Amino acid sequence: MTPVTPRLGEIWVYLSASPLLGLTLTLLAYQAAYWLHRSCNGHPAANPVLISVLVLVGILWVTGTPYRTYFEGAQFVHFLLGPATVALAIPLYAQFARLKRLALPLLLTLVAGSVTAALSAVAVAAAFGASTVTQMSLAPKSVTTPIAMGIAERIGGLPSLTAVLVITTGILGAIGARYVYRLLAVKDEAVRGFALGIASHGIGTARAFQESEQAGAFAALAMGLNGLATALLVPLLVPWLS
Amino acid sequence: MLHALTLLLVYQLVGEVIAQFFALPVPGPVIGMALLFATLAVRGAVSDELRGTANGLLQHLSLLFVPAGTGVMLHFSRLADEWLALLASLLVSTTVTIAVSALLLRALMRRGGADAGGEP
Repeated sequence: MTPVTPRLGEIWVYLSASPLLGLTLTLLAYQAAYWLHRSCNGHPAANPVLISVLVLVGILWVTGTPYRTYFEGAQFVHFLLGPATVALAIPLYAQFARLKRLALPLLLTLVAGSVTAALSAVAVAAAFGASTVTQMSLAPKSVTTPIAMGIAERIGGLPSLTAVLVITTGILGAIGARYVYRLLAVKDEAVRGFALGIASHGIGTARAFQESEQAGAFAALAMGLNGLATALLVPLLVPWLS
Repeated sequence: MLHALTLLLVYQLVGEVIAQFFALPVPGPVIGMALLFATLAVRGAVSDELRGTANGLLQHLSLLFVPAGTGVMLHFSRLADEWLALLASLLVSTTVTIAVSALLLRALMRRGGADAGGEP
């Protein structure tokens, strides 16, 4: 009789060397996380990215699989971030009419918000004695991951650390914005959405859409514009930061 | 769908080439997004096919962040060393950014007498 365990071991050795496992695990973890997110009525703390990452890190850690091996499969999902970024032009274009009407207030707010996000993150980290690499990884943390990772790479941060910080920022903003708005008595849906989109990119946008259609549309607009503004401004601020 | 996906990749490719050629600090896909936005603004319309493909990609945008997020496992030692600085930075910066943006936009809109862009 062939013992079952060695046979399973062989299958594991075969599978763990193939990209299929990393890719399938990513999709399964996300589907489970998405289901859990909806079971919690879309509560911002039950963030699908956060849950997927926790599940995957747990699996990789338990099985002793290096991240590099996992990424050989997961890279196919990761690659889609590029075309997805280009595709953000379409929802942005859908807001073109409003964008033109409120062009000046939105533009000024965008620049102020973008600079505030980068400077305050770097300043607080520096005050706590964080390393330069960590500070540079923090600077683009308010924009959507593909853009933030690209910026981090250019200014001497760690793209994969930035990805983690971006996701954490999104979750913090999605949970915390309502308390800031209550304190400051901000009621206008457009303002609530736009400010959340600047600070907390796609995760904030998803949250804003739960509040109202108008807040969501302005958050999507802010997210797209801030990606562009931060990509232009942060590399210019870097010599001044360090 | 194939046509729209090809279009997105072509814009990304053109963006990457421009970013590399001019040594721009902006990532290639962002330039691709700006170029596509400009194209749509000039043409004045989005094809149903492009809209459908874009929606498909963006509907589960969160999924695309998962492989990069899992990279947190590469940074456990850095996180253990600098968790307080990182947490303080993210908390303060996110709160301040939301507050500054909301207060400024509200003030500018009141001053300009501009409406929020909702239905009349």
